[in-house]
Amino acid sequence: MEALQIAEKIKEKFPEETLDFREFRGQVSVTLKKGRILDICRYLHDDPDLFLDYLVDVCGCDYLGKKDVRFEVIYHLYSIRHRHAIRLKAEVPDSDPSIDSVMPVWVGANWHERECYDLFGIVFKGHPDLRRILLPEDWEGHPLRKDYPVKGPEKEWPGFLEVLDKAKRYREFEWHG
Amino acid sequence: MDKEMEEIERTFETKELTVSLGPQHPATHGVLRLVLHLDGETVVKCTPYVGYLHRGVEKLGENRTYFAALPLSDRLDYISSMNNNVGYVNAVEKLFGIEAPERARYIRTIVAEMGRISSHIIWLGTHVLDIGATTPFLHAMAQRERLLDLFEELCGARLTVSYPRVGGVRNDISQEFLDDLYQFVLEFPSHMDDYETLVTENRIWKDRTVGIGVISAEEAVNWGLTGGTLRGSGVDYDVRKYFPYDAYDKVDFEVPVGRNGDCYDRYLVRVGEMRQANRIMKQCIENLPAGPVMSDAPKLTLPPKDLVLKDMEHLIHQFILITKGPTIPEGEVYVGTEVPKGELGFYFVSDGTGKPYRMRVRAPSFVHASVLPRLSEGGLIADVIANIGTIDIVLGECDR
Amino acid sequence: MGLITEVGSAALVEVEEGTKIISPNIIITSFDKLINWGRRSSLWPMTFGLACCAIEMMATYASHNDLDRMGIIPRGSPRQSDFMFIAGTVTKKMSQVVRRVYDQMPEPRYVISVGSCANSGGIFNTYSTVQGCDTFLPVDVYIPGCPPRPEAFIEGIIRLQEKIKAEHFHWSRWR
Repeated sequence: MEALQIAEKIKEKFPEETLDFREFRGQVSVTLKKGRILDICRYLHDDPDLFLDYLVDVCGCDYLGKKDVRFEVIYHLYSIRHRHAIRLKAEVPDSDPSIDSVMPVWVGANWHERECYDLFGIVFKGHPDLRRILLPEDWEGHPLRKDYPVKGPEKEWPGFLEVLDKAKRYREFEWHG
Repeated sequence: MDKEMEEIERTFETKELTVSLGPQHPATHGVLRLVLHLDGETVVKCTPYVGYLHRGVEKLGENRTYFAALPLSDRLDYISSMNNNVGYVNAVEKLFGIEAPERARYIRTIVAEMGRISSHIIWLGTHVLDIGATTPFLHAMAQRERLLDLFEELCGARLTVSYPRVGGVRNDISQEFLDDLYQFVLEFPSHMDDYETLVTENRIWKDRTVGIGVISAEEAVNWGLTGGTLRGSGVDYDVRKYFPYDAYDKVDFEVPVGRNGDCYDRYLVRVGEMRQANRIMKQCIENLPAGPVMSDAPKLTLPPKDLVLKDMEHLIHQFILITKGPTIPEGEVYVGTEVPKGELGFYFVSDGTGKPYRMRVRAPSFVHASVLPRLSEGGLIADVIANIGTIDIVLGECDR
Repeated sequence: MGLITEVGSAALVEVEEGTKIISPNIIITSFDKLINWGRRSSLWPMTFGLACCAIEMMATYASHNDLDRMGIIPRGSPRQSDFMFIAGTVTKKMSQVVRRVYDQMPEPRYVISVGSCANSGGIFNTYSTVQGCDTFLPVDVYIPGCPPRPEAFIEGIIRLQEKIKAEHFHWSRWR
């Protein structure tokens, strides 16, 4: 099935949820409201004509100052049987950065969602184990947000300060040649 | 008697043991950390911890121009840098709307398959080393060194190559390089036979891998596995066949597929892939077309280096492209390519400036590492090592 | 002692400064030299790879470059190793582990910092990367490169051996 047909089908099935869809370089992305994302995903996964069984990727994007709704969670879906793909984009506002987890449909979403939570601070409701994954548990801030500096904030992570302190304290026990 | 047994049971009380495997452990292929809850030898619960190599590649990529972010992709999956470069430039080319010329596409296919072989050699060597065989590792690394020498001849670097460019490749390949490579291609099958003689029918190897870490086809797809890890379960999904890029639609190759979804089948699949990669290289060398290696889109591609060193206009042009970046339309693309580990995807969101607004790397190792608890729980602790080897992860790519 | 004087100065051959050999098999040298010779001739590194440089480190250990011929055998435990390659990017999350592994190594211990990332942070000047592992470890030798070639690794080890060779009284405190 062509990607545009899939987009039409989503719009037909969920007219109130679909905001718009856009084609760029042969790839179609459908922008959705976040409310019924789990239903939409379950439909896309279970419908025999669509059968998007392979969740390629889940990631976030921060449109600070570019769009009205700050965050988007982006799902890339692919059907190995029918060989068609679609991209879903769910809008997540800054005031309530949360969305339903799609783990009941694809188990593989597990770590992608954890990463998205780690780097963007978007909470996935219904996720069984939503912890930080790449950064330490006590890290402050979400690095891939646009207002986070590349070199990190002024305040150093306490874990690293501990290491520096340890290095300083142990220096007197080193051998000096 | 009963009282005695009670006494014994009370004295030798067993309890669950928690063991932290890694991040400093020779068999974890990098800085992976697993926390294992053990009941005797059996793994009750396995929790992977990643992120020990999180370098902020995505954040850094968003602050560099499309051309300047290419070297970051080398260091994602550092075993097969060439494949990452090819994946990166393919994604950027799709975003820019340009295509590399025919010859460049063939060259990229050749170097990507070289990268695949060198990556699979490392996988083979370390995987069997973890299981207990040292000899194949030393034999395999000797052949890998030949490939690295060829990379060096091609672009001057052994590991982090940065050879492909947006719109083509950096420089044309020489006849000497092709001759050397062709010699390697002719000899490689006999080396493969050597490795297979050492490993494939080895009784210990089969005892350690057959029926270990079984995952069914449906489940593997649901977990999002790709590459050899998925094909071991019997799904023939290969990006090179499903979405042909570069010259893969012009060469004839098979996709090896396993049946049982265990460690042994995944081993067979990857060994088959090495033979197929060799076949692809042979065909590409034989049918290499003549022509330019850089597409004719001066606003979107870097000028040739020899002209930059001679000519003021080209120097300025290169300077602007590297520092400010090209002007491209707003939009977003996702392009997946088949790297040795699986499907490596680059997702770019462009806001019209020379820097990607969002650069997302869909790393196969990240997904594969997440499946470790599923493969390991219920098995023995020794099989955890086999499972880590079989999913073929590189932590640089996993943590990014 | 009496024997040496009896043999006479004719048989006493000075092979290098401070080391004399009496044929057939008596060597007169200083304690420093003996210990330094022993230490530098069987350096056992910690098997510890972090990132890209670890792959080149593997290539150096493996068949083609073969570090075994220099008496270098990788050890799995920090308690058995003499020096450690910091081969790759040290992130802040990993720095705790690196420091802990280093602290577990017995004296005398040495650190070779391998590659741009370990030396200075390299291209990864980001929130999560340590800008040079010498911020929290005493580094003896820096090997440049991204990643360094196996030859550079061997050169780095030779430099470390030279450093050990020139040491004085390092054994005395723990005599």
